[in-house]
Amino acid sequence: MLSEVKLMFDQIIQFLATGLSIGSTYALVGLGFAIIYNASGVVNFAQGEFVMLGAMSVVGLLGAGVPYPLALLVAIAIVTLVGFSLNKFAIEPARGASVVATIIITIGASILLRGAALLIWGKDIFSMPAFTGDEPIQIGAATLVPQNLWIMGITVILVLGVRYFFDKTLIGKAILACSCNKTAAGLVGINVKLMLLTSYGLSAAIGAVAGLLIAPIAFTSFDAGTMLGLKGFAAAILGGMGSSMGAVAGGLVLGVLESLGAGLISSGYKDAIAFVIILAVLFFKPSGLFGFKSVDRV
Amino acid sequence: MNRLKGFYVYAAVVALLPILFPDNYFVTVVGATILLNVILAVGLNLFIGYAGQISLGHAAFFGIGAYSSAVLTTRFELNAWLAMLVGLGLVYVIANLVARPILKLKGHYLAMATLGFGIIVNIILVQESSWSGGPDGLGDIPTLSLFGFDIDTDLRWYGMIAFFSLAAILVSLNIIDSRAGRELRAVHGSEFAAQMMGVDTVRTRTNVFVLSAMFASLAGSLFAHQQAFVSPESFGFGFSIEIVTMVVLGGMASTYGAVFGAIVLTLLPETLVVFEDYEMLIFGGILMGGMIFMPQGLFVFLTQKIRTVLNHRSGPSPKPQDAQKTLECDS
Amino acid sequence: MTILQAVNLDKHFGGVAAVTDLSFSVTEGEIYSVIGPNGAGKTTLFNMLCGYYVPSGGSITFAGKDLAGMETHQIAAQGISRTFQNLQVFYNMTVLENVMVGCHMRTRTGLIKAALRLPSVIREERQVREWSLEALTLCGLEHLADREAGSLPYGELKRLEIARALASDPKFLAMDEPAAGLNDTETVEMRQLIQRLKERGITILLVEHNMGLVMQISDRVLVLGFGCLLAEGTPQEVQNNPAVIKAYLGEDV
Repeated sequence: MLSEVKLMFDQIIQFLATGLSIGSTYALVGLGFAIIYNASGVVNFAQGEFVMLGAMSVVGLLGAGVPYPLALLVAIAIVTLVGFSLNKFAIEPARGASVVATIIITIGASILLRGAALLIWGKDIFSMPAFTGDEPIQIGAATLVPQNLWIMGITVILVLGVRYFFDKTLIGKAILACSCNKTAAGLVGINVKLMLLTSYGLSAAIGAVAGLLIAPIAFTSFDAGTMLGLKGFAAAILGGMGSSMGAVAGGLVLGVLESLGAGLISSGYKDAIAFVIILAVLFFKPSGLFGFKSVDRV
Repeated sequence: MNRLKGFYVYAAVVALLPILFPDNYFVTVVGATILLNVILAVGLNLFIGYAGQISLGHAAFFGIGAYSSAVLTTRFELNAWLAMLVGLGLVYVIANLVARPILKLKGHYLAMATLGFGIIVNIILVQESSWSGGPDGLGDIPTLSLFGFDIDTDLRWYGMIAFFSLAAILVSLNIIDSRAGRELRAVHGSEFAAQMMGVDTVRTRTNVFVLSAMFASLAGSLFAHQQAFVSPESFGFGFSIEIVTMVVLGGMASTYGAVFGAIVLTLLPETLVVFEDYEMLIFGGILMGGMIFMPQGLFVFLTQKIRTVLNHRSGPSPKPQDAQKTLECDS
Repeated sequence: MTILQAVNLDKHFGGVAAVTDLSFSVTEGEIYSVIGPNGAGKTTLFNMLCGYYVPSGGSITFAGKDLAGMETHQIAAQGISRTFQNLQVFYNMTVLENVMVGCHMRTRTGLIKAALRLPSVIREERQVREWSLEALTLCGLEHLADREAGSLPYGELKRLEIARALASDPKFLAMDEPAAGLNDTETVEMRQLIQRLKERGITILLVEHNMGLVMQISDRVLVLGFGCLLAEGTPQEVQNNPAVIKAYLGEDV
């Protein structure tokens, strides 16, 4: 009896650990959503494609003989450029479009990027080597691969970095100013266009990193970004759209609950869990866990 | 009657096409798909275009309708028309239940909630294989029959779907041009002002959500019998997006815009097939380009173009479309 | 006879008090104006009256009924209507259709009847059109009936809001700065319009910065300062009230 409880307990620890690791990727994707939403009010449905492109670029570069660490950096650079172009060629020309219109534009972009990936890499499923080997590590009751630690470690660093960027640097504050009031930001001499470009680049780079981190334990293919993107969106909404740290928290919560749910309830419904949670939360708190209720002035 | 002039022209075209080209694949088969999508787009347009809401999970209702018909006719040998009614009833109940919590939400939160609902329904269809057939789907769905005639040829199916499709358009036109339709547009224009005029906006949004869900359910039942086969992949996130795109790309807040969108979005993949591997790339590009350069939709864009050309010929007659601009700016 | 009564009304947002312990009553058929500097709590008062904000304390009674807990559309059903300082026109409709929405509470057609376009629907439409044109005529907008609302200039949009409110056949009309942004001629027209409304027996609650207009047409005036009642009385009384003069012109006068 006691050993059964112990076994159950150990299992839960294991689920928590893997949940935190997958939740970290959701957190990064959600962070990407929040950054773009904050800067431009756009929900970027191509966010998941940044993740896919990051991983696929590494696979492609490695195939072309580029050394591993360099491949990672080049992949991030490539995706950042894609982020810049998304802003330049899709978002900027469509300024003033309605919410639905921008949703369709970014969905169009995600289909386009998937189509491009399909052309370049085909329909095959690729695996990417882990950063530092596959030797499992025992931490307490949980067994993890080193990549899990990389995921969590780099997520922590990135999140702190983003936080520092928005709280302490001039560019970060300028971007926040644009999100509050574009006209006013422009009037005090902030280059609004450049700030938007920066936030799209930053968001794309974060997405790419999430892709590099997750691919070694989850494989990748031209359509691997869609579900990750949607869950990242769920994370951002769960945290309260527009709150970066809320998105991170939302991602971690989703990851952990998903892992527990898949392990303890039903693995077939794994992908549904995130959405059941988001619906349940929105039912009680229509503006997400950390969002503010907005009041229109009439 | 002037109000329905456009409708009569459209109905005449729909009726004449199969008479002129009875054996043409593009007319009878692709045409029937277009007419089916018209039901979906016109229904969703009431919710998105007129009431200014968003749903990224509408394929779920299309799926519930289709599976109701499929399961009830194959497993329980229920009459197909009855099964269709049961499907409509089921969607009525589910949409009402979902609407209560979901329609309190606005903008991106509403998008997320409807998206989540759609994905959950889709996963249920995949997972509950004991009755849904799981990922492999359900086959051998009997065809519809009317007054003893089986609807068993492409041409007959075209006629059957055309009937419901035209009815859907007529219902939509009737609603828009009435107190109920003004209620919808008022909710879009200014929710608070609508309330101040005595409109119970929560009820308005619920009703139009349920109505558009029932349009989708009807289309789903027709689809199941026409194809004689259903599987979850026809009712996923991708198709939800496709319906929204028909509404938005065609032209929001215009019934004919939605019709136009359904035509374009159905024909496009059919034509892009020739590009093989480039299909997705081109489709995505067209979607982006369309929305960036014609944010008010193809239909409005084209009618304005035609009007300018006509006006140019018959002398200048400037008519600013300020209202259109304000529509595009709101969120 | 008192038609609207506010008792000990309070509203604060977080720590900021917008309205504090405000009590007043409006008599049926009068023009009752609320004035006060920007930020005095006038629009907040309107928003509480219409159920957009829930009061933090106190009560509002209309025609003997407590409005607490009522939603905006239920309050509208009591016979209260309003116009907005930040225009809330339905820009996606024509001028006539805007006003037709105003007839909402006087008609019945729902989705199903509308879908089938039963004869009763057509009859009702004709009636609604008639009522709406009448309201437009009263506001001098009948010639613009088929224009897109978005193409109207500011002054006419303000009158459109009034026409829309009128179409709902209100007992009580709350007007939030109807003359703001209007030129002199338009202001005169607005004054005449408000007087016509009064003649039709509509009680009017007016928030306005144009003192000339307020003093000319009001039966009684309430002066708000920082959410509190400074003074109340006829225009004459209020103009001579030292507290009011101080609030408007400063300490040293």
